[in-house]
Amino acid sequence: MNELVFFINNVVISGSVSGSIYAIGAVGVTLIFSIMRFAHFAHADMMTFGAFMVLLLTTAFPAAGASLGVPTAVLMLPLAMLLTAALAVGIDKIFYKPLRAHGVKSIVLVIGSLGVTLILQGLIRLFSGTGAQSLYVDDRKEIFRLALPFEGARAPIVVTEPQIYLFVITLVAVVALHLFLNRSRLGKAMRAMSDNPELAQASGINTHTIVAVTWIIAGALAAIAGTLLSLDVTFKPDLSFFLLLPIFAAAIVGGVGHPYGAVVGGFVVGFAETLAVFNWSVLLRPFRDSLPLWLELPSNLAFVGTEYKIVVPFFILVAILVWRPTGLFKGKVI
Amino acid sequence: MSSTTRPLIDARDVHGGYGGMNILNGVNMTLEADEVGVIVGPNGAGKSTMLKAAFGLLHINQGEILLNGQPIQNLPPNQLVQRGMGFVPQEKNVFPSLSVQENLEMGAFLKPQNVKRMLAQVYDFFPPLYEKRRQPAGELSGGQRQMVAMGRALMAEPSLLLLDEPTAGLSPLYMNEIFDRVKKINAAGVGILMVEQNAKQALAIADKGFVLAAGQNRFTDTGTALLANPDVAKSFLGG
Repeated sequence: MNELVFFINNVVISGSVSGSIYAIGAVGVTLIFSIMRFAHFAHADMMTFGAFMVLLLTTAFPAAGASLGVPTAVLMLPLAMLLTAALAVGIDKIFYKPLRAHGVKSIVLVIGSLGVTLILQGLIRLFSGTGAQSLYVDDRKEIFRLALPFEGARAPIVVTEPQIYLFVITLVAVVALHLFLNRSRLGKAMRAMSDNPELAQASGINTHTIVAVTWIIAGALAAIAGTLLSLDVTFKPDLSFFLLLPIFAAAIVGGVGHPYGAVVGGFVVGFAETLAVFNWSVLLRPFRDSLPLWLELPSNLAFVGTEYKIVVPFFILVAILVWRPTGLFKGKVI
Repeated sequence: MSSTTRPLIDARDVHGGYGGMNILNGVNMTLEADEVGVIVGPNGAGKSTMLKAAFGLLHINQGEILLNGQPIQNLPPNQLVQRGMGFVPQEKNVFPSLSVQENLEMGAFLKPQNVKRMLAQVYDFFPPLYEKRRQPAGELSGGQRQMVAMGRALMAEPSLLLLDEPTAGLSPLYMNEIFDRVKKINAAGVGILMVEQNAKQALAIADKGFVLAAGQNRFTDTGTALLANPDVAKSFLGG
């Protein structure tokens, strides 16, 4: 029984946590690709930027959330989403739009976005310092322990307050995006432009508006993902290093250009990571007595050590590019 | 419909092409409101290029095009849609992942208040589309896609519809159906300018015919007169 609880805590919960974060990040990457046809490498730094905005606002008004009973950081999230959306639109105006106007190949935009990565990361580091900082400035991180009503279940299922916010906000974001893309006039125009940009223009759709809307959505989602990750662990200026590979792996696994594929891809990568570092020895322990004598159960049976977690999305990325480059949902090839 | 004497579209001595190379070397084309104009001619004559030039998809470096008396050469497509021009490309003319109805809605993107009324009208023109309205357009047959594409363009209530080879690759059954729809759309007060490979059938429904060769008008007359002209028949209609 305790082994099952251990599995839930270490795989189900932490897989859902990283899955949600990767999913929201990958949706942004996939939307940008489907409208502008380039891999936006600065996306993970837009996530960091969003989290940094939350950190600044929370430090400035540490007690703002207490009166409403929510952590201040969560209260500041909508504002940070606005600021990050504005940053995304601004970056596009200054860097990508002039390149597009010259009709450059998409690889030029990709390299341009690497430059933006360095600029953003440098700027954030300049103001935040290099250390890790908690987004819980004045609040206490609640930890919920749910004891299972079974005989012999001593260990509880552990969920923290930011993880609950994370699940709720992810769900709301995905449902809102779904409604936007399928019900609203702009959302449908976005899908139309992703399908066939020339025809979208011939239909009278203003493609500049669609590009701006895409950046606003991608920026806002990036702020959510970065903040949720920083809430769960801590804020660091180099957060993006650990996010870039998984979110691109997630977008490609899901099929580039498919927002729902990106959500699925995010969870695939998130669970693959946690399953790979999970110590399977724990689940085998109850059957130790029935194992043959020559088979000794090692104390650690994980596929990779936790410190090498980052190889998992890399492996998935290579595997999917080799065996199914269009991803699970038949997307475009990056 | 106003009773002015201004033609719906008036292209005068149009020169243009891609990247410095001219494909059009002085095309003239005049179409009154409510007329069907058909452009025919051999491959490479500049038929589709002329339509694209009219719709702002290619640079015109000499001559002018007037739409209801207003110069429109080199305006971007979205402004031309606003001024009452609709364009149906020959290929890639639907949004494959959008449903049929969403495709149509995109046609009325600039006039969202008209969506309901125009949807009813388009479904009236193309009844098969109503049954398939929830299906992704990418799953439809070629003929049905052509209907979606024409319907999409009609959603913006154009006064002039440009059709680039609407029957290309269709079975004879669908071909007749499309010609039939073109006549019906025209009867509803929409001027039509189309490029067609099936020259005889197209000229039969044309008020005006333009035979292009090497980027210039070779013959310009009424559809029936062109069909009766032995020179046109010999060189361009396959005898």
